[in-house]
Amino acid sequence: MKNQMRIFFDAISENESFARLIAAGFFAQLNPTVAQLTDVKTAVSEAVTNAIIHGYEGKGGTVELYCAYDAEKLYIEVADQGVGIGNIPQALEPLYTSKPELERSGMGFTIMETFMDSMQVNSQPGQGTRVYMEKSLMSE
Amino acid sequence: MNLTWKTKDNILIVHMDGDIDHHSCEALRTEIDAALERMRCKHILFCFDHVAFMDSSGIGVLIGRYKLVQRFGGRIAVCCAGERIREIFRLSALDQLFPSFAREDEAVFYLEGSGKK
Repeated sequence: MKNQMRIFFDAISENESFARLIAAGFFAQLNPTVAQLTDVKTAVSEAVTNAIIHGYEGKGGTVELYCAYDAEKLYIEVADQGVGIGNIPQALEPLYTSKPELERSGMGFTIMETFMDSMQVNSQPGQGTRVYMEKSLMSE
Repeated sequence: MNLTWKTKDNILIVHMDGDIDHHSCEALRTEIDAALERMRCKHILFCFDHVAFMDSSGIGVLIGRYKLVQRFGGRIAVCCAGERIREIFRLSALDQLFPSFAREDEAVFYLEGSGKK
């Protein structure tokens, strides 16, 4: 890895903009396009929001954000130690949400998949959730 | 998130200034619903000219407001949204529910008339 950073912050909604700005600031060193930086900010925002709303169900906890890059790609991980996901394929379906009463759209994972090159979710009930994402800056 | 309101005929025009995420959308939702009630408007036009960032939380807000105005035969339109925000609308098939216009006057024209885009 050429460069990496890891931060931990409280799972409160005020930190959603903080997390995406930190990620954008870190990757700005790679001279990405504005569109690429927006993609990264959006993906981080989705993952962190999921950790706060779904992982910790709004009750608070600690969210981990890891960002790194090498010569080829940038890497992002967002993790929580919350309730975990029982049915990952269902959670990944576009428009599926476990919290329709909160007016959630169910598009978070779909947006992460679309705006990044790859996305993987590791989770088990009671074991928390870790989302891995990668993006090449060469493709555009 | 700063919101400013304007009404034209029975259209509530909402100018949004700031990022739309899970944190800011709570206030957005509450303030829009209160303004809709207070100003007795039928349609809502969301103007994104000062929104540099929106994640999927914004979709939830728009769908919620769509359900609200739809009960009274109202419609929703969007204008001045950047390319990435329009991509989020397209992904969630929202562009089928609310037409998106480059300019505010085009969107107002659509909401005033009965025609489709």
